[in-house]
Amino acid sequence: MNAAIIATVLILVTLGAIAAVILYFVSQKFKVKEDPRLAAVTEALPSTNCGGCGLPGCNAFAEALVKADDLAPYHCPVGGNEVMKEVAEILGMEVEERDPYVAVVRCSGSFEARKQTSIYDGAANCTVATALYSGDHGCAYGCVGLGECVDACDFEAMYMDEKTGLPVVIEDKCTACNACVKACPKDILELWPVGRKSQRIYVACKSEEKSGVARQECSVACTGCAKCFDECKYDAVLVENNLATIDFEKCTLCAKCVVVCEANSLKADNVPDKTLEKLLERHKKKLEKEKAERRASKQSDTEDSPVTKTEKDAVR
Amino acid sequence: MLFDNHLKTFSKGGVHPADHKLSAGEGIEELPLPRSVTIPIYQHIGAPPKIVVERGDTVKAGQVIAIHEGFVSANIHSSVSGKVGKIDPVMDSSGYKHIAINIRVKGDDWEETIDRTDTLVTDIPYTASEIVEKVMQAGVVGQGGAAFPSHVKLSVPKGKVVDTLVINGVECEPYLTADHRVMLEKPHEVMIGAQILMKALGVSKAIIAIENNKQDAIQLLSTVAQGFPNITVEALKVQYPQGGERQLIEALLGREVPSGGLPHDVGAIVHNVGTTYSVYLAVQKNQPLVQRVVTVTGKSLKKPSNFLVRMGTPVIDLVTAAGGIPEDTGKVISGGPMMGKALADLKVPITKATSGILVIPEAETKRAETYQCLRCGKCIEACPMGLEPYHLMLLARGKNTDKTKEENILDCMECGSCSFVCPSNRPILDYIRFSKAKLKKAVKE
Repeated sequence: MNAAIIATVLILVTLGAIAAVILYFVSQKFKVKEDPRLAAVTEALPSTNCGGCGLPGCNAFAEALVKADDLAPYHCPVGGNEVMKEVAEILGMEVEERDPYVAVVRCSGSFEARKQTSIYDGAANCTVATALYSGDHGCAYGCVGLGECVDACDFEAMYMDEKTGLPVVIEDKCTACNACVKACPKDILELWPVGRKSQRIYVACKSEEKSGVARQECSVACTGCAKCFDECKYDAVLVENNLATIDFEKCTLCAKCVVVCEANSLKADNVPDKTLEKLLERHKKKLEKEKAERRASKQSDTEDSPVTKTEKDAVR
Repeated sequence: MLFDNHLKTFSKGGVHPADHKLSAGEGIEELPLPRSVTIPIYQHIGAPPKIVVERGDTVKAGQVIAIHEGFVSANIHSSVSGKVGKIDPVMDSSGYKHIAINIRVKGDDWEETIDRTDTLVTDIPYTASEIVEKVMQAGVVGQGGAAFPSHVKLSVPKGKVVDTLVINGVECEPYLTADHRVMLEKPHEVMIGAQILMKALGVSKAIIAIENNKQDAIQLLSTVAQGFPNITVEALKVQYPQGGERQLIEALLGREVPSGGLPHDVGAIVHNVGTTYSVYLAVQKNQPLVQRVVTVTGKSLKKPSNFLVRMGTPVIDLVTAAGGIPEDTGKVISGGPMMGKALADLKVPITKATSGILVIPEAETKRAETYQCLRCGKCIEACPMGLEPYHLMLLARGKNTDKTKEENILDCMECGSCSFVCPSNRPILDYIRFSKAKLKKAVKE
């Protein structure tokens, strides 16, 4: 009886020992050489797996970073410059600082601004609604208001404003990961540089409708009247397809265009109200002056009118 | 109807919605001319035609105002006489704005070549290619709903042999009665139309398929068919969506159209009853497709009717003629309750594809609360194409468009049986449509 137990134990121990030796050599032979920096880089990344870098998740990004010869094409929008600096230190490379970006909503068609023409009660998803029709209001370019962007946001940086029916970006939380931009079927969300003192000026409208139709559908629609274009000294405004667009690289944030817009389509984020008020006052004065000048020139016209009158009579 | 188990029907899936054919007893009534019509140039599947009139031009009814571009496209004719107004994007039943030609009506002058009398022309002196040419010139498209240009269906590609023509008088959508009325009031014309189609296709056999809930039409057409050898009338067991081409061919001939294939792959061609009547008018009377029968119906509507309507007439005119919009209206739908589309605006014009206008009370339009998928498999049982709708919906919602294509989402004909049977009221078809739209765009680009 005892002999049988001893024999079994011995056989198993020997088998275990042989297996251990084989396994040791196999593991030496097939060892996966992992870059020791990979773990450090992965550790440094924010591990949000948002895909904002353009790669599927932080691990893939870390692998790409470790393999890269140059860090210039890579950027983690969530971690920003700090994380990229850390990564560069680990890899012993240099990285240039990039401007931080933020998502902006390029539609200001609130419930007040545009009439609701129908009721949508299908699946609560912007893309599905867009596949069915142009929306529960006249504007085919504007926000659908079903909050797909909010659902797409992993950082709780967006919410739907119940009063306006439009999404709002919480600037401090937005990491510019691009998820909302990809989610929006109407391309209303865009990534813009945060800008000096977090100030940004942009046209909060994407309607390419003709001016009359656009204004009928939405009271804050850009009609492409080009007043902002005339006002801008820096060539930052482009008017195309009945729509003005501001080039953020050229914009100097002077905000003069904001006050000339009669439809209030232009939005100035974080520009102090005082500055805008001052500009508006100046603009009003300028308008009055022009009006006065026009009246004066008209009067001078009427003074000249006897001549024209006689001319007209002569024609008759 | 209760004892129709001996009748043929399709084998896979299908549902039984209540049929509500309220306007089945109402004769076709010609709607008075509207003040102006708005004719969208994009009324069919395929390339949009090229506009050949300008603002201020005077046009006659039946005159070409947009010429087809390419083979899969259709001519558009003016449906009234008058002066061309604005040519601008206008909201149509798709819910988006597309270019349309507005014509202010003045009098009712028709092109001289058009025969508008009711006399029956029985002789068909034309050759097959002449018939196809005439159908093409008249801008005839399928009037069952998809609006596929008919001349394309009549031109069978080389190497394919077609032996049977199927005339689709199934009208399986609840509420709609337009095809039913055409069969009752124009039986001889439909028969001659079928003969013309047979000649164009070179086939010797035609079957007129009618669902068993239209007994009067079955009897009348069977009697008339005695004068037309080669044309038979077949009653089918009532089941939705029997009006789908593939389902109809399977029900009648027992042949299954392969995935991604077309009916001519199995030797059959299907034309709708309304289309057959239009083909008769186009070939024998030179009359282009400028008017069609539209059912205006709904439970609260005062006078459910079948109107003969000029293309481009605003929907509101039809509803007004049927007694006005009832107070309890929740939705106005273009088409039937299963496949139709709710309109976002009542000024939307009637087009070649509009088979009905359905006014639904608010209590019936509200979507019920949705719950989680139970994996009960009812949608799979109901799908006539043998797809897995719940799975397609999940893939579509996850925007996994490539995967939906692998799962044959393009075979879906959007009959809505899955959403109809779902006990959790899930918007299955909404998501499937979305994924299909995405795929089609990708194909176009």
